Amino acid sequence: MEGGASVAIFWLLAALTVGAAVAVVMLPNIVHSALYLVLTFIGVAGIYILLEAEFLAAVQVLIYAGGVAVLLIFGVMLTRRGHIRQSNPFNSYHVAAGVVSLALFILVVLALGRSPWHAFPGPWPEDTVGAVAEAFLGPYVLPFEVAAVLLLVGIVGAILLAREEKGEK
Amino acid sequence: MITLSHYLALAGLLFVVGLFGALAKRNAVAVLMGIELMLNAVNINLVAFNRFMNPGEVTGQVFALFVIVVAAAEVAVGLAIVINLYRRRLATDVEEADWLKW
Amino acid sequence: MAGGGNVVATWLNTWGFPPWLNSLLTGIIYLVGVLAFIFLNVIYLIYLERKVSAYMQQRLGPNRVGPRGLLQSVADALKLLGKEDIVPRHVDKWVFLVAPIAIFIPAVLLYAVIPFGRGLIAADLNIGVLYFLAVSSTTTIAILMGGWAANNKYALLGAMRAVAQMVSYEIPLVFSILGVVMLVGSLKTTDIVAAQEDVWFIFWQPVAFLIFFIAANAEVNRGPFDLVEGEQEIIAGPYVEYTAMRYALFFLSEYANLVSVSALAVTLFLGGWQGPWLPSWLWFIIKLYIMILLFMWVRWTFPRIRIDHLLKLNWKFLLPLSLVNILVTGVGIKVYQWLSPGRW
Repeated sequence: MEGGASVAIFWLLAALTVGAAVAVVMLPNIVHSALYLVLTFIGVAGIYILLEAEFLAAVQVLIYAGGVAVLLIFGVMLTRRGHIRQSNPFNSYHVAAGVVSLALFILVVLALGRSPWHAFPGPWPEDTVGAVAEAFLGPYVLPFEVAAVLLLVGIVGAILLAREEKGEK
Repeated sequence: MITLSHYLALAGLLFVVGLFGALAKRNAVAVLMGIELMLNAVNINLVAFNRFMNPGEVTGQVFALFVIVVAAAEVAVGLAIVINLYRRRLATDVEEADWLKW
Repeated sequence: MAGGGNVVATWLNTWGFPPWLNSLLTGIIYLVGVLAFIFLNVIYLIYLERKVSAYMQQRLGPNRVGPRGLLQSVADALKLLGKEDIVPRHVDKWVFLVAPIAIFIPAVLLYAVIPFGRGLIAADLNIGVLYFLAVSSTTTIAILMGGWAANNKYALLGAMRAVAQMVSYEIPLVFSILGVVMLVGSLKTTDIVAAQEDVWFIFWQPVAFLIFFIAANAEVNRGPFDLVEGEQEIIAGPYVEYTAMRYALFFLSEYANLVSVSALAVTLFLGGWQGPWLPSWLWFIIKLYIMILLFMWVRWTFPRIRIDHLLKLNWKFLLPLSLVNILVTGVGIKVYQWLSPGRW
């Protein structure tokens, strides 16, 4: 049962994620694209749960679906121009872009098919949250602190950039 | 049986869709959405490799967490730039942003 | 683990089903139980809110329908069901239709990690409290959907204010919970309840409880922070174009959110289901209603706060205070460990 249900759930989640991603890219209405992006994020969180990385799944939903998606939707709503139904058109390179993307995908699939992965899923440490915390405060404490500084710089920079200048309209 | 290749193929497909979105869309916010898709695909890759190859350590999850942090900061700054662009020139069209001098 | 296993699972085991059927039936029983709990509570709470507000304002409230007005909720529900379901022509149709459902689903999912009694928890996740926070943060998207789809300036403005408020107040909420998690050392809700056997955390973390209470009020758009949907301000904000059952779903999910943050407060600060003599689920319900009455008391006592005062309160007062709380908690834990070695 374990194997059968996981396989079915994997295909379901994969179809949901990829379908929502294609909708993000193909839909002409940018607000709908943003909403399908939220669905993609939730699908990816489901994949993390399948890989038994629950802490990462919760963080994905909290930050991506509850934060980045809200930012993107605000960005969409604050920069509207013209009719909303044609707010997300393709540019003049879309054919070339499509060819390049398809070629890359074929390359990736060929590489996957020829690589002999002798890999079996082993068990994670029992308490992933504790293991991640120990990694953050142990070997990776420097990147952790640098990430904090990066976030601070990002916040200050974004506020400075998006602030309305007084007297200049 | 879901092997590593399945997860990698899924991540590859998601990456390619995001790449197409980043390259082929006119609206700057849509390009940012494509970049987010690519970053998610990369995260799936990292966690899948960690799970299948070396589950004793959670290095892949830590790396994925850092990617999430950087992506969030990047979206914030990117959107601030787009909003500024929209305010000054009333256009979020990447094909129209071709001034070399402001 | 205090309680000795999941009550429903052990009861199902006595019937001798195959294990996959056991898990499936456990899930279904918990889902139905949680939905019934939400509906019954909300029906009673609609009546309770009107009665409590009435007594606080020195009037009687509903007292005609049924003994002491107890059947008022039934009358309200029948009225709402009988209303015409209008979908305005120029709305974004699919987003309009999906938004009420998208706001109701997280409200129900939150109950998965609440321990209702000894051994009565739907999903004892390793990341219990973090799951609660993650799911409640997706409510913001649903509110944006509702406000956007209505194709109405006031709805959009109301939705953006609501999201600004909810996103801002998530931070002190998370930090206040972090103080409790530091004391327990685990994110599991059952561990948190078990760690309060001697002393409830409201005594160890009074400041965190206060911050949690204020932030939770803002998270569920209640109390002095209901600028978003106040009738005098913005004509029901993001919900203005919804009628009948969809409107009912929005308010159902608002009360369901109220009950879930009260349940979380009970779990984190008031000792969960623990208590002498009475059965554990009865203690849980008693403490839950104490928290709900506290929320209602605050709502009907304080005037509504303006949006800029609201955001200033969050960023300039609650956030630094919650950071100081974490600092003091951390220092306190270390001092405790140093003073009594080997006891932690």
